[in-house]
Amino acid sequence: MIDSSHASDEEFIRLDGVEKVFDVRRRNGFLRREKHQVRAVDSISFTVARGEMVGYIGPNGAGKSTTIKMLTGILTPSGGRLRVAGIDPSRERTRLAQHIGVVFGQRTTLWWDLPLIDSYRLMHRMYRIPDARYRANLDRCVELLEMGHLLEVPVRQLSLGQRMRGDIAAALLHDPDVLYLDEPTIGLDVVSKAKVREFLRELNAERGTTVLLTTHDLTDIEQLCRRVMVIDHGRLMYDGALSGLHEVGESERLLVVDLERELPPVDIGPAARVVKVEGPRQWLAFPASESAAPLVARIAAEYPLVDLSVREPDIEAVIANMYATGGERLHPQAENS
Amino acid sequence: MDGLRAYRMIAAMWIRSTMAYRASFAMTVVTDFVVTALDFAAILLMFSQVDMIGGYTLPEVALLYGTAGIALGLADLGLGSIEQLGQRVRDGTLDTLMVRPAPVLAQIAADGFALRRLGRLTQGLLILAYALAALDIAWTPLKVLMIPLMLLSGTVIFASVFVAGAAFQFFAQDAAEVQSSFTYGGNTLLRYPPTIFSKELVRGVTFVMPLAFVNWLPALYVLGRPYPLDLPQWLAFAPPLVAVACCALAGAAWRVGLRSYRSTGS
Amino acid sequence: MGQGRLYAAVAVSGFRRYATYRMATAAGVFTNTVFGVILAYTYVALWDERPGLGGYDQAQALTYVWLCQGLHAAVAAMGRGMEMELIGRIRTGDIAVDLYRPADLQTWWLASDVGRAAFHLLGRGFVPMAFGALLFELAVPSDPLTWLAFLVSVALGVVVSFAIRYLVALSAFWLMDGAGAAQMAALAGIFFSGLLLPLNIFPGVLGEIARALPWSALLQKPADVFLGERTGLALLETYAFQGAWAVALLAAGRLVQSAATKRVVVQGG
Repeated sequence: MIDSSHASDEEFIRLDGVEKVFDVRRRNGFLRREKHQVRAVDSISFTVARGEMVGYIGPNGAGKSTTIKMLTGILTPSGGRLRVAGIDPSRERTRLAQHIGVVFGQRTTLWWDLPLIDSYRLMHRMYRIPDARYRANLDRCVELLEMGHLLEVPVRQLSLGQRMRGDIAAALLHDPDVLYLDEPTIGLDVVSKAKVREFLRELNAERGTTVLLTTHDLTDIEQLCRRVMVIDHGRLMYDGALSGLHEVGESERLLVVDLERELPPVDIGPAARVVKVEGPRQWLAFPASESAAPLVARIAAEYPLVDLSVREPDIEAVIANMYATGGERLHPQAENS
Repeated sequence: MDGLRAYRMIAAMWIRSTMAYRASFAMTVVTDFVVTALDFAAILLMFSQVDMIGGYTLPEVALLYGTAGIALGLADLGLGSIEQLGQRVRDGTLDTLMVRPAPVLAQIAADGFALRRLGRLTQGLLILAYALAALDIAWTPLKVLMIPLMLLSGTVIFASVFVAGAAFQFFAQDAAEVQSSFTYGGNTLLRYPPTIFSKELVRGVTFVMPLAFVNWLPALYVLGRPYPLDLPQWLAFAPPLVAVACCALAGAAWRVGLRSYRSTGS
Repeated sequence: MGQGRLYAAVAVSGFRRYATYRMATAAGVFTNTVFGVILAYTYVALWDERPGLGGYDQAQALTYVWLCQGLHAAVAAMGRGMEMELIGRIRTGDIAVDLYRPADLQTWWLASDVGRAAFHLLGRGFVPMAFGALLFELAVPSDPLTWLAFLVSVALGVVVSFAIRYLVALSAFWLMDGAGAAQMAALAGIFFSGLLLPLNIFPGVLGEIARALPWSALLQKPADVFLGERTGLALLETYAFQGAWAVALLAAGRLVQSAATKRVVVQGG
């Protein structure tokens, strides 16, 4: 857009050795306080090309939110260099704001006590969005996110899923180049999750909006991102394809089957192993990189199957596995540089 | 200028939404009016027992009361919402303001813009009107000029206290009440003549926290009363300068607070 | 006995909840001290003009100022106690859960409020008083029995204050705007408790009415006991006044509570 000329499309977001160090004061006995430093983000470098959709994952307290806060200009980095669309976020926060959209999963950016449409009207003016564009963007969001009947409802009366859709629309009215999503599907029901993911996929495909999302839900990543970055203890542990992460982590998915009656553990060879039996319900573990379909077919053919579901491995489990299998292979980008 | 524009837009949005419920709005204005009127009732009760307080009559005290009340009322109307800053730091919603293309100060000050605060303002105006009608003042052009000058400068000084108090909340998030001891406490102090307070206290609110310039010094000039601490009379004309200085200091404090927030995230 | 232990635990948790906000407590103490200083000077001016006003000498009047600054949080003269939380629970319907708890609703909230009051008495009572004693000459009683009598009166004041706020909060079952009612009650509390001015300098009929209303049990009565104005028979009269209002208001609270319970049951929660 405006003058992001010196930001190449290849390195639309660029971090070079970015650090964030917090001084933490700890009470140490009566009155005495000890000061020590916490490296929330420890020399992180990566680039994101325009139009990429990247998952940024890690356990709680790993430094995800701190990174996002630096990328949005909320926090000033303690060291390193950081550019988004050619802008230094912490120096030109309000100029950057025109280029980015932010959705905080836990906190709404909407005005709590006012109808949804009031927040949008205000965004329209505040971001100086041309009338025609505002109308078009709003209509599109309303249609795709199915929220026409919600516009006159005060935000506090919306359900979590409705509010999240409202927040996503609010973040997109000004056609941002980059969309940051911090836990966009947290607490949502299955239908809302699907709607949000579908919308993001289309947004990225049609508009080429760059998307960076943090999440606890690996399904978000699987369905949306080809590339994933894993952060832990403030360091970048992995940067590459999602499939690679599964191999590295050797994580497993769980197939939960409900049989007609109590039976001995299901035996379908080495493709899966039973990890738990509880009455007619059994839990089978299988590699996350494999498809569940052939397993399901075999079990359905050989056993009296009533119901089944697949449980995704969660991030914590994946990362725990990464450590268990040793760190060397975790740094494909470190080897490159 | 971006800030003023954002402020206007957010405030307008809140006014529209308040006006949607006229009956409830009228109720809250009346309640606010009664709350502040109780303070004047207490002063009337005092004067039911004595003829003078610190050598000042009821209309003279009413002049002090009205001018302080209007100055605080205007500052509170314009910036009162800024008191929620500590709360917003605690629950993390300050971050949502920081990703928008407008200064944080303007956004937070306009958020929840409450016209009901007109209740306090109205009460101050009525009591000022009473004081001006009841007082027997030998008006000169300078004395006439002094009234609007005093109200304007007083508003700016109180507004600076609001901003500085909010800046303090970046460091102590539960300390919203400290701010109110300077704003509402200051208002209470300024209703009474300086003659009743100790010299140290008067010195403090003249030279350290310059609340004396909100109404004491200009109002004493209008009333033709001797100045406390043998201060020179020309100080009656200092309030605009003091107001500008307060503004600059409060702005600096705000920037320090915001910078600290942006480096610590808390 | 088991019930007694339950309410004791509720009171302790009420105490703890407020004890966690150290910064807020410090800020509150600071504010009380600032207002105490300002009010003290206005009282000096008043009593200079009219020595012996309202039956107090100047030292007693100043003691009254600082006593009120130290006490008003404990007796919640300006509200801001449990009533807002209770109103919130009524509005959201969570109150239905409370009603089916195997504990009495009123006693539960009373216990919690007593815990809060105990914290506010300890955390916000002494510092303003000590500060006032440093700056001004106060009439602090030397007889430990007076202190004891005073504490009993404060305890009765806390119960009366609770009973009023409980009634106000229950009005949220019928009123759309429970917060408005709470605000009105807080106003009455500020004016008629004696926080702005001692009730015994209110003139004529207004004074007589103010001194008979329940809010006078919050600050005016304990202060009179502290200042040695109520001893012997007069002390018993004061207790009887506070106790009668406490019993009457708690009973009214029970009546309203049972009406409200029926309403909840009829509406199905």
